[in-house]
Amino acid sequence: MKTTIDLTRIIPPGRTGLRERIGMLPNISSERTKTLKGRIAGAKAVTSVCSYCAVGCSTLAYVSDDGKLLEVEGNPDSPINAGHLCPKGAALFGLTVNQMRWTTVKYRAPYSERYEERPLAWALERIAHLMQDTREKTFVKEKDGRRVNHTLGIASLGGATFSAEENYLLSKFMHALGVVSIENQARI
Amino acid sequence: MPGLGTSFGRGGATVWVPDLVNADCILIEGSNFAEAHPVAFRFVMQAKDRGATIIHVDPRFTRTSAVADIYAPIRSGTDIAFLGGIINYILSRDKTFKEYVVAYTNAGHIVGERFEDTEDLDGIFSGLDRETGVYDTTTWAFERDERGMIANDPTLEHPRCVYNILKRHYARYTPEMVERVCGTPQSVFQKIAETLARNSGRERTTAFAYAVGWTQHTAGVQFIRTAAILQLLLGNIGRPGGGIMALRGHANIQGATDIPTLYDLLPGYLPMPSALRDEQTLDAYLKRNTRKTGWWANTPKYMISLLKALYGAAATKENDYCFAHLPQLTGDHSMLPTTFAMKDGTVKGYVVVGQNPGASGQNAELVKAAMERCEWVVNIDSYDNETVSFWRREGADPATIATEVFFLPAATILEKDGTMVQTSRLLQWHDKAVEPAGDSQTDAWYFTWFMKRMKQLYAGSTDPKDRPIFDTTWEYEHDDPRERAKGEPSSVKVLQEINGYLTATGEQVSSFTDLKDDGSTACGGWIYSGVCPDKNTNRARNRDASGDYTALNWGYSWPANRRTLYNRASADPDGNPWSERKKYVWWDEIKGEWTGYDVPDFPKTKAPNTPANPAGSGLDFHSGSDPFIMMDDGKGQIFAASGLTDAPIPAHYEPQQSVVQNELYAQQSNPAMRTWTRTDNAYNKPVDDAYPYVLTTYRITEMSGIMTRYVPWLAELQPAAFCELNPELAVEKGIANGDWVTVSTALGEMEARALVSGRLRPLRIGSKGARKRVHQIGVPYNYGSMVALARGDSVGGLIPIAIDPNVSIHESKSLTCNIRAGRRGAFRPNAIDRDVSPSERRPEGQPDNAGAQAGQGRGLQHMQGDAAGASP
Repeated sequence: MKTTIDLTRIIPPGRTGLRERIGMLPNISSERTKTLKGRIAGAKAVTSVCSYCAVGCSTLAYVSDDGKLLEVEGNPDSPINAGHLCPKGAALFGLTVNQMRWTTVKYRAPYSERYEERPLAWALERIAHLMQDTREKTFVKEKDGRRVNHTLGIASLGGATFSAEENYLLSKFMHALGVVSIENQARI
Repeated sequence: MPGLGTSFGRGGATVWVPDLVNADCILIEGSNFAEAHPVAFRFVMQAKDRGATIIHVDPRFTRTSAVADIYAPIRSGTDIAFLGGIINYILSRDKTFKEYVVAYTNAGHIVGERFEDTEDLDGIFSGLDRETGVYDTTTWAFERDERGMIANDPTLEHPRCVYNILKRHYARYTPEMVERVCGTPQSVFQKIAETLARNSGRERTTAFAYAVGWTQHTAGVQFIRTAAILQLLLGNIGRPGGGIMALRGHANIQGATDIPTLYDLLPGYLPMPSALRDEQTLDAYLKRNTRKTGWWANTPKYMISLLKALYGAAATKENDYCFAHLPQLTGDHSMLPTTFAMKDGTVKGYVVVGQNPGASGQNAELVKAAMERCEWVVNIDSYDNETVSFWRREGADPATIATEVFFLPAATILEKDGTMVQTSRLLQWHDKAVEPAGDSQTDAWYFTWFMKRMKQLYAGSTDPKDRPIFDTTWEYEHDDPRERAKGEPSSVKVLQEINGYLTATGEQVSSFTDLKDDGSTACGGWIYSGVCPDKNTNRARNRDASGDYTALNWGYSWPANRRTLYNRASADPDGNPWSERKKYVWWDEIKGEWTGYDVPDFPKTKAPNTPANPAGSGLDFHSGSDPFIMMDDGKGQIFAASGLTDAPIPAHYEPQQSVVQNELYAQQSNPAMRTWTRTDNAYNKPVDDAYPYVLTTYRITEMSGIMTRYVPWLAELQPAAFCELNPELAVEKGIANGDWVTVSTALGEMEARALVSGRLRPLRIGSKGARKRVHQIGVPYNYGSMVALARGDSVGGLIPIAIDPNVSIHESKSLTCNIRAGRRGAFRPNAIDRDVSPSERRPEGQPDNAGAQAGQGRGLQHMQGDAAGASP
């Protein structure tokens, strides 16, 4: 694979005249500049996978000592992407660290025109009771003389954006309730 | 996808992505590889550097076309006509890889006398019930001798052998016909057919790559089948630089199919029990879904081990391992039929996790109108989106919407660990980098919380219907005390359960070959078995890429870490490589085992000359030269006598909405497709003068959907929806580049900025004397109009729901539309929001035809695949 030619290597150090003619003068830099480090210098690199398409590019997430995400880059070790990322993958940082991200529960009451902030624990409790209530109202034990033990009153959608383990847990949970309409993007 | 599953045995891409460099020719069709999967495209470019010929067939000239050696324009939705034309070219000129075809495919099988082809019935196959659109597929069965063995003619001369049926079936798919149907110039078509033939055989291989451009059609499964037949005839399956690369869309679309969140599947492609079939007891279920021969003779081991994983100690031999705990299906409960059921009042609660059907769904307005009828909607996501905020969409009046809506904040991939399964079936573990932001939790945390709470809420119940809640096991306590304190389940322990263990000791099983049907093993997903062979090993986390390009120590690919599937076929029947150049897996006579660059997809010590045992079960029935081990007969299925509901061999049908009549048959479109004719799902007429242009959809490099529309860097690159049309049509309509345009169908309208380009060139189609100039319009399917930085009307609002009968995938790649200059104006409340009349109502989502019969005929053979494939 051809890369940019590094003239500093092919022009011997002694040939200062040539270096000057092509503008390769040593940079003037302050003492402060000399002490500056790259954003990810010394940061912990955590191996992850890109969450966009299904090519499975390996990524390195650089994390500061105090647990902040600094940058996401392609993992050069990967036999799939060898360090490369596409525009989406290269912007992974912005998916996790983003002012517009919703990191709290939003609740919209019946007939309301707005969302309200509610505590997570409250929302979970309310949802659990709604799930139970709907299940109780819609559970069917038999249909046309055959055991069905299901509810068509609850449906679940999504799966292709989260892990295999989470898919396993979601379907295990839904099947325990008797939910059969469990679907994800594979069909969409 | 069942297209791959019914052809070869497994519903996964047959190819390891980096292996594309070994191809001598790559046909990319139904995919804009360079833009939709850019990083994997580097292997295509490397193949090109090594001298491979790259072919791109697509309605639109894209960056993939720009670097291809041959580009062929095609009318969207006509790929079966195109590929059928190549099959005809190969067969009529005797260009097949004959030794491969005779030894490894069912070309010599003799089809029974009851079978009638589209040639006999003008576009339909035998067994069709016109009323319901359901085929009696027993009329497609193979002829059997007195011992019950499939009759076979290895000389390929019998008039009813698959080879000759195929020859007759595709004889009318001539280059002239291809030009008339597809609009592809004959000269280009011929060049492609010749190139494929020249680059296949002992010394050379050709790979195919496709994505949702092939799947999202009312005959989508048959598109893939046509490619599978062609690759079998050319002898390219299981060989280096060959195969079919199914380019999946989402990061875990393969995993979400293997360990599925799909209504008709249990983990490892076991079918979900259905009340429409006789599957009321475990015995009945196993009887229906166990094959006497081939790999699926193992079904009882996998099913009983799964039940042990789900219900633990409660599952005993005496109680059928709690088989009755599994709910039963009563119809097609897939997403789109469920949307109708929701609109008509059946669904009361909707849980949506990491998906945005309010923008990306078909008939996206219907999805939102349907959610209004729910009592509650829960959305687990990281950003506001068109789905959760359906109640404040344009045209809706929140004061009339009773739905209670919850948004639960979700952790992103960097905030959790777990396994994502990429497009070559490779499991790759990701470590957790940072803590979830704010109140965000992992999806696993939410599901765990709800399961545990349900167990509490139902405590004390004696109603048998609540038993599954108590008996479902949930022992995933995290080893890290900090995570444990937060209630975070251990993903590793979940993966260990999926891998399987001995129920007596809890010790991990090392492979699916360890699984038993006596309750002594538990396994949550047999195809991944081997990924955690002991408690301290997680092979999905293997990160050593040294050695061969097969990189067997990087991640873990199912099954059993095999990279290229069916790789026994990379050797000849005697076990020697077909050629030195295409050496991959071969028989080592001295060691008495299969060896090579990959893990052999074959019993390791079964010699090539092992005779088939006609009385044997499982793999004993196969000889040492039957590479497709999942199949009953060990052969690649050119003719799919069972497993598909709409055709044993593909025939070209026009899309449900088209600009022309079918040139090939009297039958216009797939007679088995499913439609919903209702006021809230209006269709254009099959050929409609009011909608004279082809509408196609695609994705762009910088956008996915809600996951990119908020990212500033990406929004800056692709800030808004656009609509692509050619200069000729633009002049005709008075549209300049950058102008607002409105695209319309009978269902709805959308506005976008015009992108006038020569990339979607007009095509000339139809017969002589009746030639027609066809314009195609392209719209990216990435946007939504309500939230985020990058916005625009969603094309989903223009697409009525019509689906394929095998996997219920919709048609969104070839539709018809009209276009005009100017904006659409205010959103008009329309028929979609209103309740439909009682006669149109479908409480269980059933379509116009088939009704309760939908889903009845589906069983194991059907399930050997991803539901639909590569969704972006």
